[in-house]
Amino acid sequence: MLSFIGRSIIQKIITLFFVSVVSFLIIHLAPGEPSQVDPLNPKFTPEMVERFREAFHLDKPLEVQYLYFYRDLFTGKTISWKDNQSVLKKIWERFLNSLLLFIVGTILMWTISFPIGIRSAIFRGGLYDRSSTFLSYFLISIPSFFFAYILIIFVVNSFHIPVIGMQTFGIGDTAWFSRAMDRIWHLLLPSILSAIAGIAVLSRYVRSQMLEVEGQDYVRTAKAKGLAADQVHYKHALRNALLPFVTMFGMILPGLIGGSVIIESIFAWPGMGRMAYEAILARDYPVILTINFVSAVLVLIGTFISDILYLVVDPRIRL
Amino acid sequence: MNMSPHSNDKDYQLDEPLAPKKTPLEEFWRLFKKNRLAVAGMVFFVLFFIVATVGLVLTRGKNPVIDPSRVRLEDKLRPPLARPNLEMLQPDEVPKLGVYIFGTDDLGRDVFARMLQGSWVSLTVGFVAVGIAVIVGIFLGGIAGYYGYRHVRVGQLLAAAFLIAGAVLLIGKHIWAGAALLICGAGFILIAPLMKKSIQGTTQPAWARLWLFNTISIDTLIMRFVDIMLCFPSFFLILTVVALLPASIYNIMIVIGLTSWMGTTRFVRAEFLTLRELDFVAAARALGLSNFRIIFRHMMPNAVAPVLVSATIGIATAILTEAGLSFLGFGVPPPNATWGNILSDGKNFIFDAPWLTFVPGIGILIVVLSFNLFGEGLRDALNPKLRERN
Repeated sequence: MLSFIGRSIIQKIITLFFVSVVSFLIIHLAPGEPSQVDPLNPKFTPEMVERFREAFHLDKPLEVQYLYFYRDLFTGKTISWKDNQSVLKKIWERFLNSLLLFIVGTILMWTISFPIGIRSAIFRGGLYDRSSTFLSYFLISIPSFFFAYILIIFVVNSFHIPVIGMQTFGIGDTAWFSRAMDRIWHLLLPSILSAIAGIAVLSRYVRSQMLEVEGQDYVRTAKAKGLAADQVHYKHALRNALLPFVTMFGMILPGLIGGSVIIESIFAWPGMGRMAYEAILARDYPVILTINFVSAVLVLIGTFISDILYLVVDPRIRL
Repeated sequence: MNMSPHSNDKDYQLDEPLAPKKTPLEEFWRLFKKNRLAVAGMVFFVLFFIVATVGLVLTRGKNPVIDPSRVRLEDKLRPPLARPNLEMLQPDEVPKLGVYIFGTDDLGRDVFARMLQGSWVSLTVGFVAVGIAVIVGIFLGGIAGYYGYRHVRVGQLLAAAFLIAGAVLLIGKHIWAGAALLICGAGFILIAPLMKKSIQGTTQPAWARLWLFNTISIDTLIMRFVDIMLCFPSFFLILTVVALLPASIYNIMIVIGLTSWMGTTRFVRAEFLTLRELDFVAAARALGLSNFRIIFRHMMPNAVAPVLVSATIGIATAILTEAGLSFLGFGVPPPNATWGNILSDGKNFIFDAPWLTFVPGIGILIVVLSFNLFGEGLRDALNPKLRERN
């Protein structure tokens, strides 16, 4: 067990190193330079550009830039090229905002998709199964921003639920209770939207796992010896079907960044995805690279956790 | 020796009638058509192809039958099925159909014509991107599965390291050092076969043993590469690259393709690992067939089913990704219309002209839905493990 953990940590560090190299190369080999973002601005005289390049080591060769960048990152001194703020501080603020959205979305996703998936597996081929199958394909296939706009029109016109930002403007002084309610109303639509595609995918996955287990001999035996249907489904089948989902707990971590760009831009939610989008627009390389690095770390931590969980949960796996 | 199945039947003298023989295609069709959603998906799939091809024919050229880029400011934001304003338009501006089926946009362009043109562009984006992903995936997955047990030697690793370091230095403006390293690397590769010959037979000196020392297997190498690629949040990576590269439809296809091959690689590798141990591959090898022929003629047809499924669903994902990129302002640049950028242009007029949002949105929805349903139907029909026991 310990040797497995050690080995996989070393492996992940190597992977992380390559990820850092690849992302650095992708960003820096693309044509154009951040010093040329705004060539028409009269303040950008050639001397200014030169000073800018020097201040951010852009005049150095690529490998030196790489070392500088990751030295700064690990000592926490990376600053954004756009506003000279500390990148880690900026990301941390945005991270907390994204985390809120992510947690609510994940709770919605897991609590809704399991009952749907289990029910459609139990009544396989029935009307419920067929309609939930179609509905989940429908939700997977709809472009998320199109769906968001439909929902916004519908919701704003009929329920007056706020759809922009994290809180109502100028609400800072009111009682904590009304502030909390305001925050929840603002969370509602973005979290539902970010959960919806996940619900569709996850409920399909739950269904197929349940179907696989329901076909096993021990479930047939349990039925044959006259157990109540509920006991067969929830005690014998579901427990065994749950096994793969333990690993998925680790896999959802990276969803913090990747999937949220569009949703956060639509709802003006000041999260990480939107910050990444703004950084890309401004060619703010330190922010882009740091977000990329953080998300790679999240992915690796996620897979690590799921490996460990699998080891703990499934006694058949020995390393 | 006659090995045909008929002579076998006679040998065994079976009394009971044999089951009716069905070709794999008939068997597939029998299973596939049970799934009505999948059949509907296939119908729309084919329909979309026809529409896209017709759209290409009708909207291409200098003087197209239906002109998607004709600006008619007199007729802007007309609702669907509106008649053109004949008094205001020049005779050559009047649409050939005599009616705006899907209305017009804020510049008075015919949305129907733009949808027709966009269907071809969306289709190409989907197909080329998935084509790239499938080719890379099959290639790497095939190598990892078939040659995976072989090891990369220290020498090969060194040569590769020299080449990569040389390339990086060249890009980093160290022309001389980079070129020297590149030449060193190329030199290693050229003399490697000669060295191998000279080393063989004689007792190996220490440096040769080090040179031929096995490091990691090819399988590990490729699968670690897959892991690295999977570490990037895919939409964010696509967004970054597309935003940094000059806007072009080809860049989008290539970038989407090069960031979505990992699934295919894993499928193909897993299939190949199983197939490699099967008897028919052993037989092919015993007959002295070349590895190339074994891989592509004998193993690939057996491994292609999951690839086909993931490709079908991949096209749907690519169309969605393109729409998402368009929404964020990094999509296929004008004058090419795609459903994605019609939709993202239309969102500014969502209250005044909802058809500009709903027509392309529902179009994307139907096409992506049909691709997904078709792909899932394929998966169910091609995978014997998922079949219902009946």
